[in-house]
Amino acid sequence: MIVILTGAVLIYSTLDMPDWGDPNSPASLHVSPRYIEKTIEETATPNAVTSVLADYRGYDTLGETTVIFTAAVVCILLLRRFEDDKTL
Amino acid sequence: MIRLYDDLIIQTVCRIMIPLIQLFAFYVIAHGHYSPGGGFQGGCILGASFILMVIAYDINWMKRRFSEKKNILLIALGVLIYALVGVLCILLGAEYLNYGILHKIIPTDSVKVRALGTLIIEIGVGITVMAVMVSIFLNLTTLGKHEKGEV
Repeated sequence: MIVILTGAVLIYSTLDMPDWGDPNSPASLHVSPRYIEKTIEETATPNAVTSVLADYRGYDTLGETTVIFTAAVVCILLLRRFEDDKTL
Repeated sequence: MIRLYDDLIIQTVCRIMIPLIQLFAFYVIAHGHYSPGGGFQGGCILGASFILMVIAYDINWMKRRFSEKKNILLIALGVLIYALVGVLCILLGAEYLNYGILHKIIPTDSVKVRALGTLIIEIGVGITVMAVMVSIFLNLTTLGKHEKGEV
């Protein structure tokens, strides 16, 4: 009953969402036009995805790289075994 | 239970394909400014070529070419390249990771140097992703023992 009620509220709330790909939605009015219009003159990179990923949002990508780095470090710490390991 | 045996056809095809896969991976990293691609995607393809070596041959064959020590060093080196470019920008007097300031040490204008800074950090990301793919694959498939054996 609670699940159905929550689902109904969620579906009702999606009716107020902007249309898919609506150019006047708030998400496409704030910084997106600047990224699309100025990416070549500001970063000399024709691929806007690359310029947003690595230049405008470079700090975010540094975090993503650190996440991958941490995954590898934890994987080595948890799984790697050596022959002289006495704890096994 | 997966039995180990050497298959001539698979090994020959892999021997021909692995250099091409690695070349394509470098193309994906370097051409990320103009087409879909970049450090993450190219690093994954490069890591897949090393994983293919382990699958087609065995782990010792691959570790003779790409040892575990080098692998772990490369994991850290990629993140280090990325972070040091940011620190270099601070030292030259701009915000962290604001590559435009790098034109003080690289002789080109401040717009083109942003594309160059992007390329440097994409290379860093690619190195890390490649080494991480190989490291996680080896640790999971050999249960951390890093030796040839039946799973």
